[in-house]
Amino acid sequence: MTLDGHPVSHNLRNAASTGLRYAACLLVAALWACTPQGSGPQEARIVSSLVRTGSANAQTGHIVRGIRLALAQAQWRAGDVALSYEDWDDASTKKGDWDPEVEAANAARAVADRRVAIYIGPYNSGAAKISAPILNRGGLASISPVVTYPGLTREEVGELHEPRVYRPTGEITFFRVVPTDDIQGAVGARWMRAMGGRSVYVLDDLQLYGRGVAEVFSASAKALGLKVVGHDSVDGRAQEYRSLMAKIREQDPDWIYYGGTTQTNAGQIIKDAAAAGVRAKIMLPDGCFEEALIDAAGAHHANERVYLTFGGVPPEALTGPGAEFVRAYEAAYHTRPDVYGVYGFVATQAAIAAIAQAGGPQRQRVRQALAQVRQEDGPLGSWHFDAQGDISRSTLSGNMIRDGRFVFLTLLDAQADAEATPLGE
Amino acid sequence: VQALLQQLIIGLVNGMVFALIALGYTMVYGILELINFAHGDLFALSAFFALTLLGFLPWAGLDGPQTALLIAGVIGATAVFGGATNWALNRYVFEPVRTKHRMAPMVTAIGASLVLQNVALLWGGLPLQVFGMGHAAAAPKAFFELVPHTNVLPEGWGVVLGARDVMVLGVSLTALALVWLIVHRTSFGRAMRAIAQDPIAAQLMGINTRGIIGLTFALGGALAGVAAVTYGLYIGTIHYQMGYQNGLYAFVAAVLGGIGSIGGAVVGAIVLGLVRALSDQYVGVRWQPAVLFSLLIVVMALWPTGLLGRGRREKV
Repeated sequence: MTLDGHPVSHNLRNAASTGLRYAACLLVAALWACTPQGSGPQEARIVSSLVRTGSANAQTGHIVRGIRLALAQAQWRAGDVALSYEDWDDASTKKGDWDPEVEAANAARAVADRRVAIYIGPYNSGAAKISAPILNRGGLASISPVVTYPGLTREEVGELHEPRVYRPTGEITFFRVVPTDDIQGAVGARWMRAMGGRSVYVLDDLQLYGRGVAEVFSASAKALGLKVVGHDSVDGRAQEYRSLMAKIREQDPDWIYYGGTTQTNAGQIIKDAAAAGVRAKIMLPDGCFEEALIDAAGAHHANERVYLTFGGVPPEALTGPGAEFVRAYEAAYHTRPDVYGVYGFVATQAAIAAIAQAGGPQRQRVRQALAQVRQEDGPLGSWHFDAQGDISRSTLSGNMIRDGRFVFLTLLDAQADAEATPLGE
Repeated sequence: VQALLQQLIIGLVNGMVFALIALGYTMVYGILELINFAHGDLFALSAFFALTLLGFLPWAGLDGPQTALLIAGVIGATAVFGGATNWALNRYVFEPVRTKHRMAPMVTAIGASLVLQNVALLWGGLPLQVFGMGHAAAAPKAFFELVPHTNVLPEGWGVVLGARDVMVLGVSLTALALVWLIVHRTSFGRAMRAIAQDPIAAQLMGINTRGIIGLTFALGGALAGVAAVTYGLYIGTIHYQMGYQNGLYAFVAAVLGGIGSIGGAVVGAIVLGLVRALSDQYVGVRWQPAVLFSLLIVVMALWPTGLLGRGRREKV
């Protein structure tokens, strides 16, 4: 008998059977390895890892539809390569938002599957910090249609050792088709000043994205002569901010700038500001640019009071091929794309071009081809990836909430802003 | 001075909402020495019930007194929902494991908490007009703004006491008075106190301990229901995870005041509300949890049984 009470002969039988199973697996693996690879039609897989559970799902749904539209327009082929696509969720019900464990598992799963040529995502900057090094070690290129944290690609605006920590192999594998936060924060300050703002109370949610954009905003605002009357970090999961709003009402600023997202309670901040009788207007970055913000804040609290910068161009401001994308999207899905739909579409177009150039899912070739992608007169205009993987074009837009919906107000020129406040460049 | 007064008002109002939830923790602990982790999630679930109910009621166009009547009705219905759910939780979930391993009720309470949270998530995903069609299950849900923010104090005072604040104070004080009457002036309350003092002796005296425990759960659940409607009308937003944070604060309030003590839960909740508000004003919003929990540690170190808790003598 063994310690667990089974007869020895039974254990021996189990061991023999396990051994046979391993031997069979090894044989199958050896036969597969000996089969000539690369012959026959090539196949490549694109996967996306985005927040598909929680309120952000409203935005990511548009990104996924943008991805599918680009693939359908390319007839699911990149040159001679047949394409397939899988839509992965990096959120958990437990968190109701992206989950580091799930994002890491998604990245590892993509790396392990040799058919995966490009990883589209993630949706959150924090998630990108986790998956970027895993993907980099696996040599797998990723394109994010949303992530804006500057330290992921640029040394001068990030933390110590960034972005090297996300590129342990030294190769560039993280690409993005949206402008970075530093540009957005600085443009927000400039826009606020242009609208006659003189004083501002800055809030942030202590998250990578929110704090990053608020700090850049704060520094830019000071440089432009705006008076920053206070800066507080809030718990993005708190139930209410009544005490904070009473404190802000005392200061009576012209504006409140909240570096945060809908998921970190931007809606409640708007609601509590109204409840406390704060007269300031509120400016938010693009992490709040979703219908869920208006639902959470209540349209009557947000109308004519809430302004948002967006690191791109909303559908109604798109022209030429951009407008064509909007028409095709509406024809395919019978709904209007939100602001991120076009970024999912463009990211996928870049992925298809790189896979076509590489002639298959071979990661090194895909990576090199992706770095060389140039789009002339595409839905976002003409652009290419710079040496760090960032998009070369940085047109932003200024929007506000009016009559319970987002209304595009103006295009914001990042370059002009960069000249005024040299933080971003 | 105005800033201080304003924060005292905000702290007091928030504290009263926490008190309603904290009573549910403290009453159950008082008789069973069980920390019912599911209580915060029952509060969240009750808020979804209230919002759904309001979605079906024709409240638009009602005048002030009619609205007050409607709110009273919704509070009553939600209290029944919360009470019945908590009673059923005790009867079918906690009771069967009560005589098992001493860890079993606690682990069961954690499990019940997660189940209730997921039921609220599922509920929020129902295609009901009141949630906004097609919106994500996990998204915050806007509660009806039936009570205005109108300041009831003269403008010149520079301090806001909104109609909503008055509503919270009115509802919570009424509910607390009712609980006091039930606990101190009814035979059920006497039986409950007897069980809290010595369950075996109470049983020997002929008290139906099983029935009284069930009713105590029902009373705690009803208070969670009252708190849910009050909270929804006051904050204006509900969320399937809101039970966790509010439950945590309420639990801290119950411990601060002396877990098992009804008066202690109310005092603890008010102290907690005031500390949070004053910390936001004078220390900084980001340090609020640190200030709050440091205070809890100090109180626990100086008065291990809480502010109003009584030490129990160990019989040997």
